[in-house]
Amino acid sequence: MKVLVAIKRVIDYAVPVRVRPDKAGVEALLPKLSMNPFCEIALEEAVRLKERGVAAEVVAVSVGPQHFQDTLRTALAMGADRAVHVPVTAETFAAAGAAGGGGGGGGGGGGPAAASESPLQPLGVARVLAALAGREGAGLVLLGKQAIDDDCNQTGQMLAGLLGWPQATFASKLELAKGAARAVVTREVDGGLEVLSLPLPAVITADLRLNTPRFVTLPAMMRAKKRPIEAAPLESLGLAPADVAPALALLAVEQPPARAAGTRVGGVEELVRRLREEARVL
Amino acid sequence: MIPVLLESGLRHCRAAQSLLRCSATQARQASTLLYVEHSENGTVAPATLSAAAAAKHLPGQLEALVCGSGEAVKHAADAAARLPGVSKVWLASDAALEHPLAETHATLLSSLAARQKPSHIMAASTAQGRNVLPRVAALLATQPVTDVVRIVDDDTFVRPIYAGNAFATVQFKTPPAVRVITVRPTAFPVDQTAAAAGAPGTGGKPAPVEPVPSELLAPLGSVPAAKWESADVRSTGRPELGSAKVVVCGGRALKSAENFAMLEQLADLLGGAVGASRAAVDAGYVANDLQVGQTGKVVAPDLYIGVGISGAIQHLAGMKDSRTIVAINNDSEAPIFSVADYGLEADLFKAVPELIEAVKKVKQQQ
Repeated sequence: MKVLVAIKRVIDYAVPVRVRPDKAGVEALLPKLSMNPFCEIALEEAVRLKERGVAAEVVAVSVGPQHFQDTLRTALAMGADRAVHVPVTAETFAAAGAAGGGGGGGGGGGGPAAASESPLQPLGVARVLAALAGREGAGLVLLGKQAIDDDCNQTGQMLAGLLGWPQATFASKLELAKGAARAVVTREVDGGLEVLSLPLPAVITADLRLNTPRFVTLPAMMRAKKRPIEAAPLESLGLAPADVAPALALLAVEQPPARAAGTRVGGVEELVRRLREEARVL
Repeated sequence: MIPVLLESGLRHCRAAQSLLRCSATQARQASTLLYVEHSENGTVAPATLSAAAAAKHLPGQLEALVCGSGEAVKHAADAAARLPGVSKVWLASDAALEHPLAETHATLLSSLAARQKPSHIMAASTAQGRNVLPRVAALLATQPVTDVVRIVDDDTFVRPIYAGNAFATVQFKTPPAVRVITVRPTAFPVDQTAAAAGAPGTGGKPAPVEPVPSELLAPLGSVPAAKWESADVRSTGRPELGSAKVVVCGGRALKSAENFAMLEQLADLLGGAVGASRAAVDAGYVANDLQVGQTGKVVAPDLYIGVGISGAIQHLAGMKDSRTIVAINNDSEAPIFSVADYGLEADLFKAVPELIEAVKKVKQQQ
């Protein structure tokens, strides 16, 4: 069985971001970009499936600007067999005249100038992944449950909908035997856990607790640098720029309202008194 | 594959189609279809009450869809009929809908939407809402909007990005036939008096309940779907974390699962819920579903008490809209002190028992 893993490049989770003065997006305080943490977990799970002999091949795919290839190299170093990059930039839409009134670029995730941004929105990504899943004859598509930049939490569900495949989102455990026709997935839901059994092919999105991704070793990274990354333009997948053009324009990005400065209290007694008399919450 | 190929093949007609859709939307009465979440005993989820409150910011009538099977779905439909603002309830009762599986629920929701042509489809941004609604949007070929905190107008919404470090205002470039949105429950407070007036048994006038047409239920049995095997849902008797008025959160500094009993005692005294940071969950002190933060629950109680929590941005994303924030930590540099209204720099193993005694005294006086 072939496993497809979708990878997104985002501003590193540990790097603070701030709203740009022109409100067109956010900027990172350090120029560090990494694989989205949830994508890392999805990839780790796929590589483990390969190591157990369940998956025959792991294909890492990414849709977006040229610099997303760096993250696909990390995916190769982590154990993906192949990498496929579908190049899409803001210019893709501008050239096609499909950018709409917003002047191109930007989306639910931020402004055109932020270095990490993909101009795509989940519907566009899901359409590309659906075409790739068809081309590759994938038996399973693994994704992260959400990207930590746009926080959408949509792509996996939309992909499953487009393909007409079953879905298991927020997975914290995946049981899949070699040659099995079904995957058993434990999901994190409000209030606890839920277990589903899915006929394959299926789409699964990873929650934080699915696994702990391995570290990439330097020799693995050096080997990955030499390996080719296939470029699969939209046209080769039967898609046009209009199919993946963002539907939402980003009007403004604003700072969250700042909280008034708080105070330190001297002890429990003072805390309780102020909670009663000032905050009136006790 | 097929829908994708069809989409690309049809793109030449897009411009004409969107013009038609535009005028059709304007001519048609705006309306919202609300996806109702309910428990196994037929109680409507508190988060759905918030979604109904959010729907008031949209024009037109509000209709609710309740999916399930057996007695539970009938109870839930009766309760949904008493939600403030709901003018009609669609009742979908079928064995294929017994558990909230995205495959069957999304198929039904999208086919009902294709028939009723609402201008908006809405649900609460819970695990269930986030599981089902993006799939509905894909079936309707529209880009959804997740976790909306403010509705500006029909096509314009505000939502948090980057773990709540920024708020993005997004707008549909071309008004779509239907907008699929999930709303953050804590951003839309429920009008308690209206909810009470509509609560079952208090004499509120319920909206009519109508079964969905049977031809919409017929195809559900053959949808390739997951099979629901089991659930492990904990019942603590405490209020639900996402809607509790008081939340007491613990971090790694609690050092063990046993020490969380202290926080449970404090939460029970205050009539609140217990939450945790990711560090406490990863260390195995409490179950995953108690995690507060970007990847867990978003809470906005009247009173949040963070005990032994440093305040990583991913945790702050889940609690910084709380009305009053208290932090108890022995590290004076902990980032949580920057958002706390009241910061107590102290050893939690000394401060929490003292706080429990002090709260007991206050409660005795009341």
